[in-house]
Amino acid sequence: MTGAPVLALRGVSKRFGAVQALTDVHLEVHAGEVVALVGDNGAGKSTLVKTIAGVHPIDEGSIEWEGRQVDINRPHDAQSLGVATVYQDLALCDNLDVVGNLFLGRELRRFGTLDEVAMEKRAKELLDTLSIRIPSVRIPIAALSGGQRQVVAIARALVGDPKIVILDEPTAALGVEQTAQVLDLVERLRERGLGVILISHNMADVKAVADTVAVLRLGRNNGVFEVATTSHEEIISAITGATENAVTRRQARLAEEAK
Amino acid sequence: MTTDPTTTSAAEAAAEVTTAVEAAAATTAVEAAAATTAVEAAADGPTDTAPAAAAPAIDPRLLIREAGFAGYLDEFKRRMKSGDLGSVPVVLGLILIAAIFQGLTGNFLNPDNLTNITKWIAGPGLIAVGIVFVLLLGEIDLSLGSVAGVSAAIASVVSVRSGVNEWLAILIAIGAAVGMGALHGFFFAKIGVPSFVVTLAGLLTWSGLQMYVLGDKGTVNLINDGVIANLDTYFLGDGDVFYAWALAVLGTVLFAAGQLLDHRRRTAAGLPARPMSEIWLRTGVVAVISLVAAYVLNQNQGLPLPLVIFLAVVVIGDFVLRRTSYGRQIFAVGGGVEAARRAGINVDWVRISVYMISAGMAALGGLFIASQQGSGDKLLGSGNVLMNSIAAVVIGGTSLFGGRGKTWSALLGILVIQSIITGLDLVHVNQSIQYMITGAVLLGAVVLDSVSRRTQKSAGRG
Repeated sequence: MTGAPVLALRGVSKRFGAVQALTDVHLEVHAGEVVALVGDNGAGKSTLVKTIAGVHPIDEGSIEWEGRQVDINRPHDAQSLGVATVYQDLALCDNLDVVGNLFLGRELRRFGTLDEVAMEKRAKELLDTLSIRIPSVRIPIAALSGGQRQVVAIARALVGDPKIVILDEPTAALGVEQTAQVLDLVERLRERGLGVILISHNMADVKAVADTVAVLRLGRNNGVFEVATTSHEEIISAITGATENAVTRRQARLAEEAK
Repeated sequence: MTTDPTTTSAAEAAAEVTTAVEAAAATTAVEAAAATTAVEAAADGPTDTAPAAAAPAIDPRLLIREAGFAGYLDEFKRRMKSGDLGSVPVVLGLILIAAIFQGLTGNFLNPDNLTNITKWIAGPGLIAVGIVFVLLLGEIDLSLGSVAGVSAAIASVVSVRSGVNEWLAILIAIGAAVGMGALHGFFFAKIGVPSFVVTLAGLLTWSGLQMYVLGDKGTVNLINDGVIANLDTYFLGDGDVFYAWALAVLGTVLFAAGQLLDHRRRTAAGLPARPMSEIWLRTGVVAVISLVAAYVLNQNQGLPLPLVIFLAVVVIGDFVLRRTSYGRQIFAVGGGVEAARRAGINVDWVRISVYMISAGMAALGGLFIASQQGSGDKLLGSGNVLMNSIAAVVIGGTSLFGGRGKTWSALLGILVIQSIITGLDLVHVNQSIQYMITGAVLLGAVVLDSVSRRTQKSAGRG
């Protein structure tokens, strides 16, 4: 990747009481780049994402946005910079329809009142350009399937024209076809020149769409890899943190048995 | 764009999926999935390049509504079957109640009785509009009866005993109520005390304040022919038939104009719009109802002020809820607090402001009740005033669980409750029986709500 990163974290640390959740973490995201953030449970992925999204302000270190240092203390700060976050639990309102959810918090207005026509039109255009197909934009979210909700949640993140989209486990609960649809969508985000931070436990997803893999282990950086030139095993060993562990032992044993 | 990026990327992604699940899934199934994705992506291709030319991609599983009137009927039948009953049960209930009492007494449908009903519904109806706002958040406000009482007490004491201008007294009373609502909202939203407990404490506190304000005598008679006393008794133009007809025609015309304007904008934007036949049918129904109402009112004394104010509040409330960002925020908080917070909505402020609105409405309702009985006293707003208002809202179709409802349910519901009360009074049924019947109607409405919710779930309408 060439050029300055859109978002760069420099030496970020975060403590919760007696727990040092993040220690001196670095991360760079460029425009048109998909960065996969991987690591075991408790490695600090979610905490890192929440610091970027403004849910938890950082204790030490700095965040740079397009080369200049910024403070992100509230979710609103992150949104106004151009960071959109799609959380694992989606955060859609079940009782509102698709249009209402897409524009929640940034409704289009006309003479001070909601402009439903313009919102519905833009919602359709947005869903069309992303090749998202749902039965109708006027049915409540409660009536949609899990995969449809996920794509609506991602589309929702795009309404504000962000520069960075953070996806937290977007394929965790999806079937084969829905997973493929979401991965398609991630690639379309990249084609549109957005930076994407993708949190995933699924190595196949990561290898499918990511350009770069950033590994966290116990709240610290444990390597940044180019996906194209890195093997599955290297990433796994970076996640687990050692060459001598359950995974390598098992592989060695299997190799032994295969002989 | 090159040849067809969508297809290629989809195929790639699908291929990656194949590697992902090769250990887990049978190859055939994955191949089928990959094929489907590729086919779908190919089908999407033209939509990508020429969105205007291609027909909008409609999910084949979605039932397409036929154009025209037949489609409207079909849609209506399907909604009934899937449990989306809307206002149908309430309207049927109202007709049934009217028929029964007309049969029993022979004078239930007399113009003077109907005029009285429209005057009596204003007080509890205004309180019910406030309850709609609170229920939309999925919360409850038990203090509204007391707030209504204390506001009426303040207005009457300030105007009668202190001799303050009556308009100013009304403003002071409503302002005080809004302050009480802000207090409820503060303890609920900022401190995190459950709304049930906060407003229960409010119920006791404010009824205590009501007695304190009224002092030893306990009753303050309103100024004869004053502003507050006239709230209930005034008829627009002193009974001039013109006003009722004008309101009916104006309402119908505005309704039709709104529908037509919406139709034109949607058609111009290329969005599906209501068919014209449906618009005329709806307008016709509105016209018949409002013209019949105007005719009946004119048979008696004309257009009563309480009805006008109540209708205005219902219409304004409906507008705020459905057409403003603030209303959308209320629905969002009722549908999912976390989602609303993440969308950047100030949840605490929405909650506090809704409690302020409900208390303000209660104050207005309290003034109408005081006007009706001619005095502010210790008992105003106690007893079953609050329960009737809550029952009305639920009967009208607003969900107790938050996120679903409209202010019109306050009007419909309070009409049902007041019709039952008035009808039972006409046939001289004891109050004990009245309570039991009203209770049974409330239970019936909630049962209907729960059952229709279950049908809606199984029909995928959440």
